[in-house]
Amino acid sequence: MALYSEKVMEHFRNPQNAGEIADADGVGVAGNSRCGDIMKIYLKIDGGVVADVKFETFGCGSAIASSSMATEMIKGKPLTEVLQLTNQAVAEVLDGLPPHKLHCSVLAEEAVKAAVKDYCDKNNMEYPQKEK
Amino acid sequence: MIYADNAATTRMSSTAMEAMLPYMREIFGNPSSLYGAGQKAAEALWSARERIAACIGALPQEIYFTSGGSEADNQAILSAAHSGERKGKKHVISTAFEHHAVLHTLQKLEKEGFTVELLPVHENGMVYPEQVAEAVREDTCLVTIMYANNEIGSVLPVAEIGAVCLERKVPFHTDAVQAVGHLPVHVKEQNIDLLSLSAHKFHGPKGIGALYARRGMALESLIAGGAQERGKRAGTENVAAVMGMAAALEETCREREKNQERLIRLRTRLIEGLSQIPHSILNGDADKRLPGNVNFCFEGIEGESLLLLLDDEGICASSGSACTSGSLAPSHVLLAIGRSHEIAHGSLRLSLDADNTEEEVEQILKIVPKAVERLRNISPLWKEKISGKLRFIL
Repeated sequence: MALYSEKVMEHFRNPQNAGEIADADGVGVAGNSRCGDIMKIYLKIDGGVVADVKFETFGCGSAIASSSMATEMIKGKPLTEVLQLTNQAVAEVLDGLPPHKLHCSVLAEEAVKAAVKDYCDKNNMEYPQKEK
Repeated sequence: MIYADNAATTRMSSTAMEAMLPYMREIFGNPSSLYGAGQKAAEALWSARERIAACIGALPQEIYFTSGGSEADNQAILSAAHSGERKGKKHVISTAFEHHAVLHTLQKLEKEGFTVELLPVHENGMVYPEQVAEAVREDTCLVTIMYANNEIGSVLPVAEIGAVCLERKVPFHTDAVQAVGHLPVHVKEQNIDLLSLSAHKFHGPKGIGALYARRGMALESLIAGGAQERGKRAGTENVAAVMGMAAALEETCREREKNQERLIRLRTRLIEGLSQIPHSILNGDADKRLPGNVNFCFEGIEGESLLLLLDDEGICASSGSACTSGSLAPSHVLLAIGRSHEIAHGSLRLSLDADNTEEEVEQILKIVPKAVERLRNISPLWKEKISGKLRFIL
């Protein structure tokens, strides 16, 4: 389908890091079923670094591809770097998303950040606000 | 490729294509021209009008060629509403699950000060004549209700609705785009005053359709210009497309009953097979539905990703999910029959035609459950339902 880039289709067909982490250190959710997209991100943190990451997504092709790509982008990265993740970056690495699908990359960013915040909350750490 | 999206469009029949060819290079004259080459085209146009009229129980002078179903819907509705307005009548009755060609035209009328009443649709996808009878008022100038729904395939009792309209002296328009060629249509017996049809839904070419308007119905022209179509639709006629439409319609009507029996068998098999998928539901009435239409909702997944997986397996289908429409809301049809947003997002429409085979149906039944399972396996929504954290809706 010409609707999506090859990269999007690649990640949709073979999503990376799909699944859950039972003993996750941080879990984040974005979206809702009414709108047709829910993303859930599980993080395993070791020494301030993302040791493992998994996702579960209910949504369209670009939502699944965005989750897959976002998990690839943060795997093995220190939390300070994870918090730099932007929806534009996710969309860019996917070789672009159709305009009405850009919200999928926004959800990926939100779910990742919600998972980091959950980790910070659980560990009584201050969630670093993004500097403008 | 397994083409199971015949409600979107159909493959043109070779009969239709061959009927068109002579009108591109040999008989290419303008039907409005006086000389022989033009008059030959005019004669062909008239014969096509007669043949199309005969297929739907109309008179040839009651057929107006348009660019397709949408234009016919627009013209029928605006014409009837504006003639009502001249008599001080500005109330229009329709249903909540019409095609957008109807709904958006009605929105236009609302802006002009008309009152539009959309009848609610029952969960089985039906709208009953009693609902129409109750809704008709002194100032009702039009009832416009589709013959068969394009998404969920339910077939409405148009003859009975037409009878109510006849008794109450209100013009009745039906968008029969999904019905013509697939269901029996007889405008006189079914009390239909205005009817829209589209050639590419019955193996004719795209970009051509017709409006049937009973003698005496005032039509207004949407396109100003020459006197084509008795002054009701300007623009040089697309003779080749009209010839293709006439040939396609005659052929599908001739073979309709023979095909119908087989199609219903395939449809029944598909419905049986897909019903085996847990937490799924058939949309639309089980019996009163288009012979080739199957529409399901699968809980916990989203329709567009299902379509992509099916496309990878060579299956062409469609969905009423928001993602496929480019809007944020899922199908207004599924919402109208009471499906929640979440469930409506997980819909799949398969529309079969005479070309589809039993092997294709079996192949679909092999692939769809696997695709649904694959998507459910990565769906957080599904997992919360399976684990009991969320309740199943279906």
